[in-house]
Amino acid sequence: METTFPSLIPLLAVSVSLAAVPLILLSSSRPNLREFWTLAAALAKFGLVLALLPQVLTGRVAEARLFELAPGIRLALKADPAGVFFALVASGLWILTSVYNIGYMRGLGERRQTRYYAAFAVCLSATIGVAFAANLLTFVLFYEILTVATYPLVIHKETDEAVRAGRKYLVYTLTAGVLLIAATALTWQTAGRLEFVPGGFLAATTLSARTVKALFILFLAGVGVKASIMPLHGWLPTAMVAPTPVSALLHAVAVVKSGVFGIIRVTGFVFGPRLMAELGLNAVLAGFAAATILLASLLAFREDNLKRRLAYSTVGHLSYIALGAALLAPAALAGGILHLAFHATLKITLFFCAGAIYVNLHKEKISEMDGIGKVMPWTMGAFTVGAIGLAGIPPLNGFVSKWYLGLGSLQAGRAFALVLLVLSGLLNAGYFFPIVRRAFFRNGSLPAHAKEASPALVIPLLVTAGLSLGLGLYPDLFFRFFRLASAAAASVFGGPGS
Amino acid sequence: MTTSWKDIPVTKFLLGHYGYWFVFILMTLGFYGMVVKKNLVKKLIGMNIFQVAIIMFYLSSAGKWKATIPIVDPAIGTADTARYIDPLQHCLMLTAIVVGVATSGVAYALLITIYKRFGTLHEDELIERMKNDLDME
Amino acid sequence: MTWIWNNSPALPVVLLLPTAIAIPLFALIERRLARWLALAVSLTTVGLSILNLVKALSLGPIHYHMGGWPPPIGIEYVLDPLSAFVLLVINTIGFLVLVHAKKVVDREIPESGKHVPYYAVAVLMLCGFNGIVATGDFFNLYVWLEIASLSLYGLIAIGSRKAPVAAIRYLILGTIGACFYLLGLGFLFTMTGTLNMADLKAILPAVGHEPAVVIGLGLIVVGMGLKMALFPLHGWLPDSYTYAPSTSSALIAPIGTKVGAYVLIRVLFFIFGAAYVSRTIPVTTVIGWLAAAGILYGSIMAMAQTELKRMLAYSSIAQVGYIGLGIGLANPLGLIGAVLHVMNHAAMKALLFLAAGNFRAVLGHSDISRLDGSTRRRMPWTTAAFAVGALSMIGIPPLAGFFSKWYLALGAVAKKQWVFLAVILLSSLLNAVYFFRVIERIYFARAESTAAAPRTEASASMLVPVLVLAAALIGLGVLNAFIVKGVIGKIVTSAMF
Repeated sequence: METTFPSLIPLLAVSVSLAAVPLILLSSSRPNLREFWTLAAALAKFGLVLALLPQVLTGRVAEARLFELAPGIRLALKADPAGVFFALVASGLWILTSVYNIGYMRGLGERRQTRYYAAFAVCLSATIGVAFAANLLTFVLFYEILTVATYPLVIHKETDEAVRAGRKYLVYTLTAGVLLIAATALTWQTAGRLEFVPGGFLAATTLSARTVKALFILFLAGVGVKASIMPLHGWLPTAMVAPTPVSALLHAVAVVKSGVFGIIRVTGFVFGPRLMAELGLNAVLAGFAAATILLASLLAFREDNLKRRLAYSTVGHLSYIALGAALLAPAALAGGILHLAFHATLKITLFFCAGAIYVNLHKEKISEMDGIGKVMPWTMGAFTVGAIGLAGIPPLNGFVSKWYLGLGSLQAGRAFALVLLVLSGLLNAGYFFPIVRRAFFRNGSLPAHAKEASPALVIPLLVTAGLSLGLGLYPDLFFRFFRLASAAAASVFGGPGS
Repeated sequence: MTTSWKDIPVTKFLLGHYGYWFVFILMTLGFYGMVVKKNLVKKLIGMNIFQVAIIMFYLSSAGKWKATIPIVDPAIGTADTARYIDPLQHCLMLTAIVVGVATSGVAYALLITIYKRFGTLHEDELIERMKNDLDME
Repeated sequence: MTWIWNNSPALPVVLLLPTAIAIPLFALIERRLARWLALAVSLTTVGLSILNLVKALSLGPIHYHMGGWPPPIGIEYVLDPLSAFVLLVINTIGFLVLVHAKKVVDREIPESGKHVPYYAVAVLMLCGFNGIVATGDFFNLYVWLEIASLSLYGLIAIGSRKAPVAAIRYLILGTIGACFYLLGLGFLFTMTGTLNMADLKAILPAVGHEPAVVIGLGLIVVGMGLKMALFPLHGWLPDSYTYAPSTSSALIAPIGTKVGAYVLIRVLFFIFGAAYVSRTIPVTTVIGWLAAAGILYGSIMAMAQTELKRMLAYSSIAQVGYIGLGIGLANPLGLIGAVLHVMNHAAMKALLFLAAGNFRAVLGHSDISRLDGSTRRRMPWTTAAFAVGALSMIGIPPLAGFFSKWYLALGAVAKKQWVFLAVILLSSLLNAVYFFRVIERIYFARAESTAAAPRTEASASMLVPVLVLAAALIGLGVLNAFIVKGVIGKIVTSAMF
C-alpha cells in the first residue's frame, strides 16, 4: 500500500523545462547558450525524477497538491510507480535526444532551431505532467498542452507536406482531446470523482452499466488516438515528415507513450480490472489491440521509407502495451509497462540510426540503403541491436517485456495472445532483418567520401543500444524498471477494484 | 330578449379592445415599412410609426373613465386619484419620444452621409454600388 | 472618502455622463485632452467597479436610491455580485481598449476633426453600459440602453466608407429590438403597475400566469436577444464589426453583446426565476436550442471568411451562443458557465480584435490570405498574443476558454442534454479549424520576400493592452476556481433554482 507525502519535486520536475523556455527564446542569437539551456533543463529534470525513485520504491509516493482548477478538482501531481516509470523514460531519453538534436539540426543546417528547442522543452514538460497527473482533469490539461506543443515540431520543415501532416495530426488529436474532455466531464458529473486510484474508482460508484460502457468508449477514443490504436493511428505515419529527432522522441516515446500511458491509467486506475472484466470492456480493448498488432506488422512490410516502416512498427508495439493492459493479469500489465520503456529505448535507437543515415548520406528509402553498413558500421550495428530487440530475441530487453506479456497471457488463460506475440515477433524480424542484410551484405553506390556519422549522432544511439542490451541482461539496471513495473501492476491488482 | 350586436364575443373582442387594435395596426404598418420597403427613408418612417405605436400603447394604459388631465384642478381636489389620469406613462413616453427623436436624428445624419458617398438611398442600388466600391479600409 | 464609499453605485454613471459632454468642450482648448480625459474617467470607473465588487461581495446586495427617493417610486441602482462583476469586466475591457485606441483612431479615421467626437461618443457608450448594468429600474434600463445604442451607431459609422450603411442597418434592427423591449415592458407594467425590478419580482407570482405577462417576457427576450446577437437575430453583427474601425469593434464585440446577455440573465433568473422560465413557460429551452444553432452557424460561417475581422465577427455569434446555451440549460452549472463566459469571452474577443487592429496598423490590412510568415517576424509579440487568444477560444487548458466550456459541459451532462454537449465539443473543433488556419499562415507560411523583414512591432500603447489581455487569459484560466467560488458562486446561489 502506498503512503503519500507532500513534496514539491513533482511540480519542479514538470516546470523546470518550462522555465527554460524563455531562456531558450532569448538566446536565439547564441546557439551554444541556447543548447546549454536545453541540456541543463534535461539534466535537471532527469535528476529530479531520479530523486523520486528511492522513495517510490519503498512505497512512499510524493504528492504535490496545488490550487483548485475547478471547484472540487485540484491540480495535483503524484509520483506513483507507474508515473515515475514513465517520467524516467521520457526525461532520460530527452537528454540523449537533446545531444542528438544538436548534431542533427546543425548537421542539416535547419532553420528555426530556437522554436524547435523551445517547443521540445514545452513538450517534455507536458509529458512529465501527464506522467505525474493525479486526477483526470490534470491529465487532460497536460495532454492537451502536449498536443499543441508538438504541432510546431511536426510542421517544422514548413513544406506543404509538413503543413498537411500537421493538420492531420491536429484533426486526430484535437478530436480525441474533445472526446477525452467529454469523458472527464461525464465522469465528474456522474461519479463525482476524478482521482486516479490503483484498481479503479468507478466500481465503487453506482453508475449504470450503460454509462460505464459509454464512458469506456469515450475514454478509449480519447487516448486511443495518441496510442495509435487502429483505426485511429492514421496520423502517425504521416507525422514522420517531421525531423527525425522529433519522430524519435515524441512519436516513439513521449506522445504515443502518453497515449498508451493514458490507456494504462484508464484501465487500471479509473475502471479497474474487476469492472473491466464484468462488463467485457477488456475484450473490446484486447480486440482492437490484437488487430492493431497484426495489421501494423503486416503494413510495415509495404513501406519503403525507413521512418514510415518504423512508424508502423511503433503502432504495432504500442498495442503490445494496450494488450498487456487488456489481459487483466498482473504479469501482463507489468510486461506492458516494461515494454513502455524497453520499446522506447529500442525504437529510439532505430530512429537515431535513421536520422544519422539521413544526415550523412541523405537517404530515406530502404531500397537505397545497400551497403551502408560498411560506411557506417557503428550506426548499423546499433540498428541491428534494435531490430533484434524489437523482434523479441534474447538477450535484449525486448525479450524480457515480451516474456512477461506471454506469461500474463497464460495467467489470464488467453493463449491466443501468446501466439500473437510470437507471430508479431517473427513479422518484426521479417521487416527489419532485410534492412540489416542490405546494409552489411550488399554493395551499393555510395559517395566516395562517405564515413560514419558525427559523434553527436552516433554516441546517443550507441548509448541507447547499449542500454537496451544492459536492460535485457538485467532489467533492474540503474533505474529499477522491473521493480517499478511490478509495483505498479501489483497496486492495480491489489487495489480496491480488483 | 335577443342579445344585441354589442354583446356577442366577436364584437366585444373587436370593439372592446379598439385601443389595442389601433396600436396593433400602427405597429404592423410600421413594421411593414421597415422590413418591406426598399428606400431607406421609408424604412425610417416605418420605424417612427412603430415607435409611435408603442407610445400610444403606453398612453392608452394611462387613461381612466371620466378622468381629466393630471394637473390639479381646484374644483376636484387631490383626494380622489381616480379623477386624474395616470401621469407616469406620459412622463415615460416623453422620454421615449425624445429617444425617438434622437434616433431619427442620428439615422438621418447617417442617411445624408450615405447619400453623399453612394448617391442613392435605395437598398438594392446601395448594395450594388457598395460591391463596386473597392475601398474596404 | 466616505462620500465615495456611500455613493459608489451611482458614481460611475455620474462621472461618465458629464465627461462625455465635457470632452468636446475641453478639446477646444487642447485637442489631446480628449483622449486623456477619456482614459482618466475610464480608469476611475475601473477603480470604482473594483470598489463596488468588494462592497457587493462583503456586504451583500446594495440598493442605492437615486436622489434619495425610495423605490418603487424612485429609481434605484442595485449592486449585487452579478452586476458588480459584469461592471468590472465591462469597465476593465473598456479601459484597455481605450488605451489601445490612440493609434487606431489616428490611422483608421482619416479626418482628424472626428477624433475628439470619437472619444466623447466612446465615453458616452461606456456610460450607457454602466447604466444598463447598474440600474434596478426597467425603464431606466431602456433609457441607458438607447443612450448606449445611439453611441454604438455613431461609433460604427465613424469608419470606412461603407460603415454608415452597416450603421443604419444596425440602427434599424437595434431600434426594433429596443422597441420590443419597451413594448414588453409596457405589458409588464400594465399588468403589475411597477417598473422597479425588485418590486416586479414580488408582484409576479400573483400575475405570472396571465398571457400578457408571458407575452411581455417574450418580447423582452426577443429585444434583448437582438441586442445580444442571439441567433437568428444576429443579422446586424457581421457588417457592423467588419466596417467599423478596429477600436469600435473591440469596444462593441467584447462588451456590447454582454450587456444584452446580462439583462437576459437578470430578467430570466433573478426576476422571473428559473422555475418559471424553464418549467412553466419553457423560454430557456427555446433560447438554448437557438443558441445551439447559433454556435454551429457562427462557427461554420467563420470558417468561410477571408478577412480577419469578419471571421471574428461570426466567431462572436458562436460565442454569444455559448452564453445563450448556459442560459438555456437553466441549472446552476450552466449559469456559472454563462457568467464565466461573459468574462472570458470579453477578454478573448478584446484580445483578438485589438491584435487585428495591430495587424491593420502595421501591415495595412487584415486579410487572412495576405498574412504570412513575415507577420511573425515583424510583430512577434502581437502574433504570440493572438495565438494565446486563439488557443483560448479553441479551449486548450489551462487557458480561460477551456473552463467556460467545462462548466457548460458539466451543466449539459447534468441535464442529460447530449445534443448540447455534442454542440459544445464540436464547436471547439470548428473553432480550431478557422483559428489554426490563421495561426498556420502567420507562423508557418512562407513569406513572399526572403529578405528579413524589419521588426516593426506595434507601438506600446497598442501592444501593452494586448499583452495584458493575453496574460489575463492565462491567469483567469488558472485561477478560475477562485473566481467561480468567490464571485460567481455567490451570484448563482442567490438566483432562484
